[in-house]
Amino acid sequence: MEITLTVNGAAKTVDVADNALLVDVLRESLGLTGTHVGCDTSQCGACVVHMNGDAVKSCTVLAGQADGADVTTIEGIGDPDALHPMQEAFRDNHALQCGFCTPGMIMSAIDLVQKGGGALDEAAVRDGLEGNLCRCTGYHNIVKAVLAAQSNG
Amino acid sequence: MASETGIGASVKRKEDARFITGAGNYTDDINAAGQTYAVFVRSPYARAKINGVDTAAAAATDGVVAVFTGADLAADEIGDLPCGWLVKSKDGSDMVAPPHPPIATQAVNYVGEPYAVVIGETLEAARNGAEAVDADFEELPAVVDLSTAASADQIHESVPNNQAYDWELGDKAATDAAFDSADHVATVDIVNNRLIPNAIEPRAALGEYDAAAGTYTLHTTSQNPHLERLVLAAFVNVAPEARLRVISPDVGGGFGSKIFVYAEETAVIWAAGKVRRPVKWRAERSESFLADCHGRDHVTTAQLALAQDGKFLGLRVKTKANMGAYLSTFASSVPTYLYGTLMAGQYTTPAIYVEVQSLYTNTAPVDAYRGAGRPEATYVVERCVETAAREMGIDPAEIRRRNFIQPGDFPYDTPVALTYDTGDYEASLDKALEHIDYAGFGTRRAASESAGKKRGIGFSCYIEACGLAPSQVAISLGAGVGLFEVGEVRVDVTGSVTVVTGSHSHGQSHETTFAQIISDKLGVPFENVTVLHGDTGRSDYALGTYGSRSLAVGGSAIIKATDKIIAKGKKIAAHMLEAEEDQMEFADGTFTVADSNQSITFGEVAFSAYVPQNFPLEDLEPGLSEKAFYDPPNFTYPAGAHICEVEVDPDTGVVDIVDFVAVDDFGHIVNPMIVEGQVHGGLAQGIGQALFEHGVYDDTGQLVSGSYMDYTMPRADDLPSFTVDTTVTPCTHNPLGVKGCGEAGAIGSTAAVMNAVTDALGVASVPMPATPETVWRAGRGE
Repeated sequence: MEITLTVNGAAKTVDVADNALLVDVLRESLGLTGTHVGCDTSQCGACVVHMNGDAVKSCTVLAGQADGADVTTIEGIGDPDALHPMQEAFRDNHALQCGFCTPGMIMSAIDLVQKGGGALDEAAVRDGLEGNLCRCTGYHNIVKAVLAAQSNG
Repeated sequence: MASETGIGASVKRKEDARFITGAGNYTDDINAAGQTYAVFVRSPYARAKINGVDTAAAAATDGVVAVFTGADLAADEIGDLPCGWLVKSKDGSDMVAPPHPPIATQAVNYVGEPYAVVIGETLEAARNGAEAVDADFEELPAVVDLSTAASADQIHESVPNNQAYDWELGDKAATDAAFDSADHVATVDIVNNRLIPNAIEPRAALGEYDAAAGTYTLHTTSQNPHLERLVLAAFVNVAPEARLRVISPDVGGGFGSKIFVYAEETAVIWAAGKVRRPVKWRAERSESFLADCHGRDHVTTAQLALAQDGKFLGLRVKTKANMGAYLSTFASSVPTYLYGTLMAGQYTTPAIYVEVQSLYTNTAPVDAYRGAGRPEATYVVERCVETAAREMGIDPAEIRRRNFIQPGDFPYDTPVALTYDTGDYEASLDKALEHIDYAGFGTRRAASESAGKKRGIGFSCYIEACGLAPSQVAISLGAGVGLFEVGEVRVDVTGSVTVVTGSHSHGQSHETTFAQIISDKLGVPFENVTVLHGDTGRSDYALGTYGSRSLAVGGSAIIKATDKIIAKGKKIAAHMLEAEEDQMEFADGTFTVADSNQSITFGEVAFSAYVPQNFPLEDLEPGLSEKAFYDPPNFTYPAGAHICEVEVDPDTGVVDIVDFVAVDDFGHIVNPMIVEGQVHGGLAQGIGQALFEHGVYDDTGQLVSGSYMDYTMPRADDLPSFTVDTTVTPCTHNPLGVKGCGEAGAIGSTAAVMNAVTDALGVASVPMPATPETVWRAGRGE
């Protein structure tokens, strides 16, 4: 089937199988490999993107469900010369090591801060990120980064 | 040179620009034109004889390109996956390793072991083909329980008693004598729970065959691409070394699990040659659970003999170690030379005797996982020490103090074969006690008590042997490879620098740390240094990254190469300045004639080396590029004090880590920000072992903790923020004075947590992981 969606501000029409997942469309059809697959079961959060303003796990969204949707991936929030404040906070606070969970973590964190109304404390950040696994950082610096981004945002 | 980007500065990472923008280049991000997809067909049984595998229906499935079984690999003389470390038993006999074909041929011995691989035009086609493979299995009773494995059914025809080896270390008679004269003996029975590594990037491989050149290129998730190439070429016979290139691009975490040479990449690169098209595979998470090498899994009884004053007299350790179904790449070394040798810990215990029986079971192979043997050793020693302190009524900090090796005692020969070069264990303990406010613990405990909670404090003073390893020592103990490292420093024409390292970064930040070293030593701006790694086509034969060795060994190789650059630079500069070579000094990027105002910059010297107009061509080759191999003279010995404070809710069994302090001595530190990050991550894994993680097989050998719904990974809301600090005694035998920091967190923390939990409950022991149910039962005396 054919679906049309907006990805990082650009309209895209792609021909997909009925059982294709949004993450496959992003990675395979559109070459946006910044969105990662870590578990295939919506447990790890490496595949988080924004769809119509909400953070979603793109390994658990059918491509068909994304027809007509507005999708933002890690590639769409900033670039090395003009980083999103959350990207900057992750870099400044050493909130990443191997980098594999990072795109999903950043996309979840942006959603969390946007919806947190500037009122997130450490516990709220930890609670809000419990859907994203990181095996490298022990979360310590990720939590610091998200709180810093909230203050700077 | 102290600067904003030199040694000692918390420089922001070069790597981050690509990782935070989604521009990382991981194996699964790479695609080749015309690629096919591999799906492995895996055993549903823990132990079964294969009577036959019918691939006809699979081969006839739409879009299936080929179906291969173990017989196809065997027909091509693809060899077994080898274990690279020969351990000998007490009686001098060699360890016994069963044949380990990459794809099972006659029997399957753990759930998830591959017995066929289907290659499809698409992933879906390959999956459909895999569903159609029909195997005739004869199920046999599985051997799962480690404690009874030696007397259970024999798994492999060639392995009596399911025993890989029965190893010993230390002086048995001296240890027995120490126990005879002891005033007190503390005994602990320990199960060191099986862990499943779970790097967030699943293993993956892309194999390509160039028929015109007859060459193979394998992109894969490896911590050591050269080792991968050597094993695939020299032992598995996939292709000659010269015709096989292995590239490890960005790798999403390893923790040991990506050291090993596995069935999947072996089959993928071989199959690429058979189907003459690229073959790609990425593990699903359930495959990672089933078929990545697991970690730990020991059953141990240990006894500490003490004098009346709390001095340690002797330590006796008897361990059964689970090897899983086959002997993985370095599996044999983990419960022996990386375990028994650490039993002195930070202490002067004069007599130690360690016995380790390694056994096969019908479970996934077990090999190195972050810390590899050293967390298990620390757990044994520090549980013994804590138990003894409580039984004898001695403060746990004080009993350690009474037994520490003192700063004046180094170099210190332990009774278990190591020579510690330096350390100051009391300094780390003192600092940790201050951070945790040990003096105030009684008050905090009383406050918890009045709120219906139980508060406990636990210590762990760990040591590790890192910077693997002096090659001759390792080889004399059974290693099949040397353990040096290579570093190449190429100065570009315009004075920028390219470093090629044999170490591999899968989160450790080599691109930043190594650039800091170069910037510091050569005075070249940090941004003008590029670090390349992870490609057998780029670097000389090298050993890769594990055992906290990258900076201590790989960094030292780079320093050696840098010294050669400076030495040659001085010759060039002396010629250009018409001075004598021995008059030349080099600092902050400038060559100066001693006691003069004559100088020339590093950039000018580099340019002259490549545009050799004013250059001593009669004495010197043009160019400015040097390489060095570095073989460490000893291990490094990072050590530290970890203290954990917990509050337990006796009604629910929930353990809350209210404070965790880690004070570590890593020697000199190049980038404190990066080092702290390494400690945080290690702590999370060590705490994960203590409280959450458990690889569990049922009686039939089915992995019941085979998904993130069943295997508890520490999540953000499970962990506290940590207090991390350092002390410094520089390593005495490498040029940077560094010791390594990658594993410390995972080595020290587990014992600290469990000592705190048992302290809170006032019980002798609690099994790991200390889940709410376990803790609740332990608190009730069950």
